[in-house]
Amino acid sequence: MENGTKIIEIHDLTRKFKQLTAVDSISFDVYKGEIFGFLGPNGAGKTTTINMLCTLLAPTDGKATVNGYDILKQRRQVQRVIGLVFQDPTLDDYLSAEQNLRFHAYAYGVPRSVREERMKQLLELVGLSDRLKSKVSTYSGGMKRRLEIARGLLHHPQILFLDEPTLGLDPQTRFHVWEYIHALRKEEELTIFMTTHYMDEAENCDRIAVIDQGKIVALDTPDNLKGSLGGDVVMLEAEEPENAIHELEEKYNLSPHIQGKTITFNVPHGETFLPKFLRNFQSKLVSVSVHRPTLDDVFLKLTGHAIRDQEAGAWEQFRRMMPH
Amino acid sequence: MEAVSRATWVIAYRDLLRFVQDRPRLIGSFAMPLLFLIIFGAGFNRVIGALAPGVDFIQFMYPGIVAMTVLMSSLMSGLSIVWDREFGFLREVLVAPLSRTGIVLGKVAGNAVIAIGQGFVMLALAPIVGVQLDFILVLKLIPLLLIVSIPLSGLGILMASRMRSQQGFQMLMQIIITPLLFLSGMFFPINNVPVWLEVVSKFNPLTYGVDAIRQVFLSGNASSISVDSSYAFGITVFGHTMGIIEDAIVMAVLGIILLSLAIWAFGRQE
Repeated sequence: MENGTKIIEIHDLTRKFKQLTAVDSISFDVYKGEIFGFLGPNGAGKTTTINMLCTLLAPTDGKATVNGYDILKQRRQVQRVIGLVFQDPTLDDYLSAEQNLRFHAYAYGVPRSVREERMKQLLELVGLSDRLKSKVSTYSGGMKRRLEIARGLLHHPQILFLDEPTLGLDPQTRFHVWEYIHALRKEEELTIFMTTHYMDEAENCDRIAVIDQGKIVALDTPDNLKGSLGGDVVMLEAEEPENAIHELEEKYNLSPHIQGKTITFNVPHGETFLPKFLRNFQSKLVSVSVHRPTLDDVFLKLTGHAIRDQEAGAWEQFRRMMPH
Repeated sequence: MEAVSRATWVIAYRDLLRFVQDRPRLIGSFAMPLLFLIIFGAGFNRVIGALAPGVDFIQFMYPGIVAMTVLMSSLMSGLSIVWDREFGFLREVLVAPLSRTGIVLGKVAGNAVIAIGQGFVMLALAPIVGVQLDFILVLKLIPLLLIVSIPLSGLGILMASRMRSQQGFQMLMQIIITPLLFLSGMFFPINNVPVWLEVVSKFNPLTYGVDAIRQVFLSGNASSISVDSSYAFGITVFGHTMGIIEDAIVMAVLGIILLSLAIWAFGRQE
């Protein structure tokens, strides 16, 4: 993938809202044909970044190109090559699915010869063919999201931006949305740029950029990110955490991390490490567990806090107040 | 250029489509003007009597009500933008490869068609209030209603470019629109009111739009209208009485100013 063609190039992109730096000088490239995940808690700057890349928001500083077009100077060209599915629905509820799609086709100048066939094919892909004439206000949340995915693809974009595509959907619908995404990549040779704060979903991506408080803290494949932790994750609770940490550092030469009451550290082979460890450890333990590293662990290690901690924190509330 | 014209027609198309499918709005837009006509008309008609030879109060007020229908309907262009922002559809519009200028022009065009259509529906009341219609009159009315609709659409969009909520927009609309309506000569002739009221009304550009529409309607009805004998028609500014064309020019200039401001404001927002 590293040798592929760059389709999005971002250099020192920054966006400030008054005192708040929502996106802080980020730089990275996205390659043609990959599923690129943007992972971080709410308010980390994911949506702000997408809004800048899709020309809705002007950067305060820095530069980015999408398919070679500058996001500031060549807005119209950028708009033509991207498809978007936002976090919140952007459909006209009072119109039918067909009317919504047709509006989109007109707006993007999709030629008549292609339009009807394309609409049919996409509605089939997302399983909404039978609801073509219904008003969108009668759709469920999952159906709306699927319709938006179909609409975002109507004008044959090169890149599809998905901002939290499965937010607020039930597990079954989430699974289906992912099926579509994988099918699309195969059929349409699309590049997919998505944001998520679901760790399990990020596993579907080819590469992940972890963003926290406006900064990119890591960028690699999910496997490499997990591998960077150096083995399995051991979590334990001790009666006297300070003593336990001291012992871990001195005797085992580990660098444990404490969050709340839980002490976390990494060892190459958890299963064989644990029995020996339990026999020799002096501090009194309350509980012990071991698991293969997940992206949650990666995030915790990189940022010092779990991804869920920050949800709807002050940062997020402040961001919500900002104009879109 | 292509991006401007495509934006104009696609936005106008969607607003028209939306309008015909939105029954409550269709009905609601007639309710208030009709209420004014019936209540004010019936209430004041006998008390006030003829305002000019051959023109009684309800006939005087009727063209004002047609103008009011067009004004209210034109302002909806702004409300629809605020609505779209609240329900997300505006993002779909803003990320599409459409010119912002074209989007504003499309809103104005779509609303002008709706406004003129609604103005025409009000024509059905003409026989009831005793105003005679003929083909030439109706033909003259089309460009006139258009020229009244454009500045109000522009004003609506200008307001909408800054407003985030429908409540806010509705409130702003009440604050701005109610005085504009009442001071436009819609309900009484402004050539014969206290000086302060006359001055304020003559600064209100809407006055000239209402006057133009009234002159078109009633020039056939009044048995004799001359500058001296009638104070019900033609706004007198510095001793000069405005004709239809002059009224229309005032509205056109206002239209150009407000439309330019609307395009500027809408293009600037993020």
